[in-house]
Amino acid sequence: MDEGTNQLIRSAPEMKKEFIMEIAQQEIPNSAETKTVEVSGSVALLEALIAEGTEVIFGYPGGAIMPIYDALYDYKEKLNHILVRHEQGGIHAGQGFARTSGKVGIVFATSGPGATNLITGLADAMIDSTPLVCITGQVFAHLLGTDAFQETDVINITTPVTKWNYQVTDATEIPEVISKAFYIARSGRPGPVLIDITKNAQIQKFDFAGYKPCDHIRSYRPKPIIRKEYIQKAADLINSAKKPFVLWGQGVILGEAEKEFKAFVEKSGIPSAWTILGAGAIPTDHPLNVGMLGMHGNYGPNVLTNECDVLIAIGMRFDDRVTGRLDRYAKQAKVVHLDIDPSEIDKNVQTTVPVWGDCKETLPALTELIQERTFPEWIAKFKEYTEKEVEAVINAELHPGSGELTMGEAIHQLNELTKGDAVIVTDVGQHQMVACRYAKLNKTRSNVTSGGLGTMGFALPAAIGAKFGAPERDVVAVIGDGGFQMTLQELGTIMQSGIDVKILILNNRFLGMVRQWQELFNENRYSFVDMTSPDFVALAAAYGIAGKSVSERSDLNASLEEMMNHKGSFLLEVMVTKENNVFPMVPQGCSVAEIRLK
Amino acid sequence: MSNQNHTEKPAGKQEFNITVYTENQIGLLNRIAIIFTRRKINIDSLNTSPSEIESIHRFNIVVNETEDVVRKLSRQIEKQVEVLKVYYNTNEDVIWQELALYKVPTDIIAEKASVERLLRENGARAVVIRKDYTVFETTGHREETDALIKILQPFGLIEFVRSARVAIIKHSDGFNRKLREFERLEPGEEVSENEYLNNGQRIFTM
Ligand SMILES: Cc1ncc(C[n+]2csc(CCOP(=O)(O)OP(=O)(O)O)c2C)c(N)n1
Ligand SMILES: [Mg+2]
Repeated sequence: MDEGTNQLIRSAPEMKKEFIMEIAQQEIPNSAETKTVEVSGSVALLEALIAEGTEVIFGYPGGAIMPIYDALYDYKEKLNHILVRHEQGGIHAGQGFARTSGKVGIVFATSGPGATNLITGLADAMIDSTPLVCITGQVFAHLLGTDAFQETDVINITTPVTKWNYQVTDATEIPEVISKAFYIARSGRPGPVLIDITKNAQIQKFDFAGYKPCDHIRSYRPKPIIRKEYIQKAADLINSAKKPFVLWGQGVILGEAEKEFKAFVEKSGIPSAWTILGAGAIPTDHPLNVGMLGMHGNYGPNVLTNECDVLIAIGMRFDDRVTGRLDRYAKQAKVVHLDIDPSEIDKNVQTTVPVWGDCKETLPALTELIQERTFPEWIAKFKEYTEKEVEAVINAELHPGSGELTMGEAIHQLNELTKGDAVIVTDVGQHQMVACRYAKLNKTRSNVTSGGLGTMGFALPAAIGAKFGAPERDVVAVIGDGGFQMTLQELGTIMQSGIDVKILILNNRFLGMVRQWQELFNENRYSFVDMTSPDFVALAAAYGIAGKSVSERSDLNASLEEMMNHKGSFLLEVMVTKENNVFPMVPQGCSVAEIRLK
Repeated sequence: MSNQNHTEKPAGKQEFNITVYTENQIGLLNRIAIIFTRRKINIDSLNTSPSEIESIHRFNIVVNETEDVVRKLSRQIEKQVEVLKVYYNTNEDVIWQELALYKVPTDIIAEKASVERLLRENGARAVVIRKDYTVFETTGHREETDALIKILQPFGLIEFVRSARVAIIKHSDGFNRKLREFERLEPGEEVSENEYLNNGQRIFTM
């Protein structure tokens, strides 16, 4: 025990707690007669989490957060706390949960190293707009700034990677601050929020008047006002277009606007392509879904970006992995950009008509104003490019017939088993690009990946969270041999919590994506990308997780089937060809039209 | 975020005055500062102080950048939860001042009548007169306060300090009315104005 102060905390008697629960359910009128009950800051925090509908907390205790953990001891029935093996695992699990459930992910960590271990996940959630509320313990307020044991300046360290953060030093602030935290995390463009609570505030008793959710902050406008004129202008542009092209991103999913989006696409008849975070918002096999954008996206969507006359971007942010060389990106096109975040408009690509607002509201308004059309010739062009890509790349990747196994055929065969209904969680690298390209997704919130930050080590913990967020669905984590070894300690979390996630390691014995770049751009100078791995199946076995390794084509299907049918978690290692490259590829510094097939 | 200046500006860098209205919140200065430092943009001058409205702070930030960069910076600032409003303006759109203090040896000033004349010509006032030194104050633009340094240097200028810039926006109606719009849930007409629609005179706001 690094500090001996936790004996100061006494858990509230049962009866008192029931009473708090009751008042927490009610809307508390702001009157003098408001009933209050004396509780500690820690109890107020847990009551606030319950009032916000928290189902699961991913966390790790330590000295500065001990009062909260002590209070949690009495809340075991009401709050499901999952003990992770590393705080980075905790926050990625929170992200996975948020991505599949659409709710706010909750993460606990202690001060100092506990809090700094959250940074990668915060940065990831920030850039991928994932709603999180992270609670960190902090040293006693009177010790702030004294280099106390496990003191770090968490607020300043996390400022660039949080949508909002706040340090609580007085327990009376807790109900209001937590309600603001949830409101900010999930409203507008979602993002991670961190609340740092000093130990004295966790212990301090105060008169708790119940929990009131926040629905307005004076200085914060989650959604810009919708301007009808712009919707009209956008509709006019779309109605006059000959070769319109829709690009959609995660905004459609975050805005829960999948239905509205589908209606728009179907009425407009416009071919539509997705960013990797937008994948699944309409099904993979929807006739107007023409594929994936970006560096390893499909051939047609990339080339034809530079041929369309009107580009309609919906809830996406023109990341450089999507645009390639910006000064040669869609220069011929007029651009309509729908986004909830006004700072995204004109950030990378100059917009002709900006449509600020929540796409759940702007899309139906736009759909109403557009004509019902079809673009057979234009869509035929996409088909032509698809055929070229199938011939040059896809056939060899999905149906190699002979030689070593490929990543693509593993994903292709997985599709046959999942039928497109599973949640696919991916790590970062070649396997990620292959999984995003080829995984069949029938439903929204089926693709969980680290898009903006490209965080290796994301998939295993995110899959744990994804399963908690969608317990009725199959969750398959597709991970590289490299990335798996960044957070494999979370096998312990899987073991202890007994959850069911399928782990598919695509082992090419390389840091494949880096190797690919070294092959293509550094004249085969393979500098520190050769990766020796442990016996993954034995490793899984050490955690009581069933597993298998497969390297023969004749065994692949049966092994995948065994994994999917297995009751409980299962690790399947697929030994794939060592030096395959992911194509097509838009090399860095090239325009999307310069995409290479080999 | 607002730009009251609708005349076409050359694309080159120039001084912009960014005015930010915020809640009074610990940590917000850092949140705003890192928007600049992350992009390796130097803040030339920064003033923060309570505004005429209780609990609302006003930042004046000066940068030398292109309008495109300043617009993007302003949008990033306005995105912060505790920021109410951001305006950016060129120097022509604002009345601005900086305050400067000069400490000089009293004996030299007393000896040389020319110094007194120079000080008067430069609008300087004595704030403190002691036996050993005198402190003068001027307000003005950078060149003006700079000019007086040069003038006083030969007379044994001991110490000099200049404040950050404060700027009043020529075309604004102040913030009181706008704040009322923020306090209601529904923003007023002007708040939903934007540059594409109104290339005219009105303040551009998101
Ligand atoms: C934390 C982190 N470190 C480094 C990288 C750079 N990086 C991107 S892909 C990659 C290789 C990944 O190798 P592996 O997990 O085996 O996947 P593969 O590409 O072989 O499928 C590396 C090192 C990263 N994205 N994240
Ligand atoms: Mg690998």
